[in-house]
Amino acid sequence: MATLAFDLPVYRELSPGQRMLRRLARRRGAMLGLAVVVLFVAMAIFAPWLSPYDPLQTSWSAVRKAPTAAHWFGTDEIGRDVLSRVIWGARASLLAGLVSVCISLSLGVPIGLAAGYIGRGVDALISRITDAMLACPFLILAIALAAFLGPSLTNAMIAIGISATPIFIRLTRAQVLAVKVEDYVEAARAVGNPHLRIALRHILPNVVAPLIVQATLAIAAAVIAEASLSFLGLGQQPPAPSWGSMLNTAKNYIDNAPWMAVWPGLSIFLLVLSFNLLGDGLRDALDPRQR
Amino acid sequence: MSNYLIQRLATIVPTLFFVSILIFGLQQLLPGDPAMILAGEERDPTVVAHLREKLHLDQPLPMRYLYWAGGVLKGDLGESQRIQKPVLELILEKLPVTLELACLAILIAVAIGVTAGVVSAVFRDSVWDYAANVFALWGLSTPNFWLGIMLILLFSVTLGWLPASGYVSPFEDLKANLAAMIMPAFVLGNAIAAVLMRHTRSAMLQVLDSDYVRTARAKGLDERVVVLKHALRNALTPVITLGALEFGTLLSGAVLTEQVFTIPGFGKLIVDAVFNRDYAVVQGVVLFTATAYITLNLLADIAYFLVNPRLRD
Repeated sequence: MATLAFDLPVYRELSPGQRMLRRLARRRGAMLGLAVVVLFVAMAIFAPWLSPYDPLQTSWSAVRKAPTAAHWFGTDEIGRDVLSRVIWGARASLLAGLVSVCISLSLGVPIGLAAGYIGRGVDALISRITDAMLACPFLILAIALAAFLGPSLTNAMIAIGISATPIFIRLTRAQVLAVKVEDYVEAARAVGNPHLRIALRHILPNVVAPLIVQATLAIAAAVIAEASLSFLGLGQQPPAPSWGSMLNTAKNYIDNAPWMAVWPGLSIFLLVLSFNLLGDGLRDALDPRQR
Repeated sequence: MSNYLIQRLATIVPTLFFVSILIFGLQQLLPGDPAMILAGEERDPTVVAHLREKLHLDQPLPMRYLYWAGGVLKGDLGESQRIQKPVLELILEKLPVTLELACLAILIAVAIGVTAGVVSAVFRDSVWDYAANVFALWGLSTPNFWLGIMLILLFSVTLGWLPASGYVSPFEDLKANLAAMIMPAFVLGNAIAAVLMRHTRSAMLQVLDSDYVRTARAKGLDERVVVLKHALRNALTPVITLGALEFGTLLSGAVLTEQVFTIPGFGKLIVDAVFNRDYAVVQGVVLFTATAYITLNLLADIAYFLVNPRLRD
C-alpha cells in the first residue's frame, strides 16, 4: 500500500525582537535608510583611508577650484579639498548625533521612569520642569546653552543633549504610566519585589521600544542641530571639518564657488533623511496596530 | 468653562516659575566671575563694580534670583552691555521683522502643507499620496540654512530674480519687502509645511472614515463639498492645535534663516548677542520666546476647548 509522506513546515517560535526585525526588513524605505547610515558610519570610521587629501592641508595654488579629476568636489577658499572635508565632517555630525542622544537618554529615561513610577509630588515637580524646558524652543535653548558654556563641539553636544532631554522624560513617563498598571507589574509587586527591581526589571524593558524609535528620530534632529550650531559658529571650531561650519564659509562664496555649499549640505540632508526613514520604519515595525 | 480656564491657568504659573529658574541658571554656567565676563573684553573696573552691584553678586544665589525675577516681573529684562539699551526695547524693536517673516512662513506652510495633506488623504495609496509623503520627508530632512543658500544660488546668483539678502520695511516699499522676504519665508515655511501635511493627512483619514462623511456621501453630495466642507472643517481643528506647537520650530528656524538672508530680526539679535557675549540679551530672548510659547499654547488650548462642544460638556 502506498504511503503518502508530507513534509510539514516547522514553525519556529520567533521572539518579539525577531518579529520586529522581520517587519523592519520588509520596509524598503527603512532598509535604504539603514544602508545609507551604515555607509556614513563606515565613511566616518575609515576617513583617514578614504579621504584623498589631508582635510586641513591648504594650497594657495588651488583656491576655490571647481570639481576636477584631482578634486572631485572642488576646493575651498584656502585650497582645501572639499571631498576630504566632507568625509571627515561625517565624524563630527555622527558623533554629535550619537553622543547628544546618549546624554538625552541617560538623563531622560531615569527621570521619566522616576516621574511615572513614583508619581504624586515627584511626578508633578518633574512634569513642570519638563514643561518649562519644552517651552524654550529646542535650537534657541541649545544656542543659549552653547553660548554660556562656550563654543566647541563638546559643548554643542552637551547643549543639544540637554535640550532634547525633556522629550525623553515625557515619553518615558507616559510609557511607564501605561505599563505600571499591567497585571504582571501588579504580580511582581504582590510577590514582594522591591520598587527599584520592579522599575528596572519589569517596567523598563517594556518601555524600550518607543524609546528606540524616538532615539533614532532624535539623532536626525541632533545632526541638524549640530550642523546649525556649527553654521552659527557655536559647534565644531575651524579649521576642524564640520558640515555646518563648511556651509557657513560657503555662503560667502556662493556666487563664485557654489560647490563649496552643495556637498556638505547634501551630506546633512542624506544623513538626516536616512535616520528619518529608519525611524519611521522602526515606528511602523514596532507599532502593534501594524501587526 | 471657568473651571477649565482656572485649571489651565494654574498650570502655567509653575511652568513660568521653572522657566525663570532655568534662564536665571544659565548665568551660573559662566565660568568664573560673572561680572568680569559680562563686562566684556575691556573689563573696565567701573563697569565691573556697576555690574556686581546691579546683579547683587555679593548676595546669596536665592536672593539674586529674587532680585532678577522681581525685575523681570516689572518688565526689566536687563540691559545690553554692547548696545547700552534695555533688552526688552531691543526685542520689541526686532520683533515686527520676525513676526512678518513668521506670518508669511505660516501662510506658505498652510497653503502647501494642508493642501498636500488633503490630497494625500483623499487619494490614499496613489501616486499623489506617495509624492506628498516624499515631500514631507524632504521638508523634515532639509537643513533650512542649506535650502536658503541653494535658493540664493538659484534665484539670486543664477537667475537674478530676487535679492540675496537685506531687508526693506513694508512701509517703505512693499514690493521690495516681499521680494526680500519670499525666499526666507519659503525656507522657514518648508519644514512646517511637512509637519502640517502629516497632521492634516492623519486627521483627514480619520474623518473621511467617519459615519457623518458616509452619510454626506449617501445623501448624494458632491465629493468636493464632502471633502472641503464636511471633512476638512473638522479635521482642521486638531491640526490648528498641533500647528501651534510648531511655534518653537518657527522661531528656531527664524534664527538660522535670518542669519542666511541677513534679516535684522529676532533671530539675528540672539546670534549677534552670543558673539558679542551680550548675555543679558541671550537670556532675555530665551525668556521672551518661552513666555510667548506658553501663552500661544494656552490660547490654542482655549480655542480648541471653545470650538469643540464635546469638551465643554
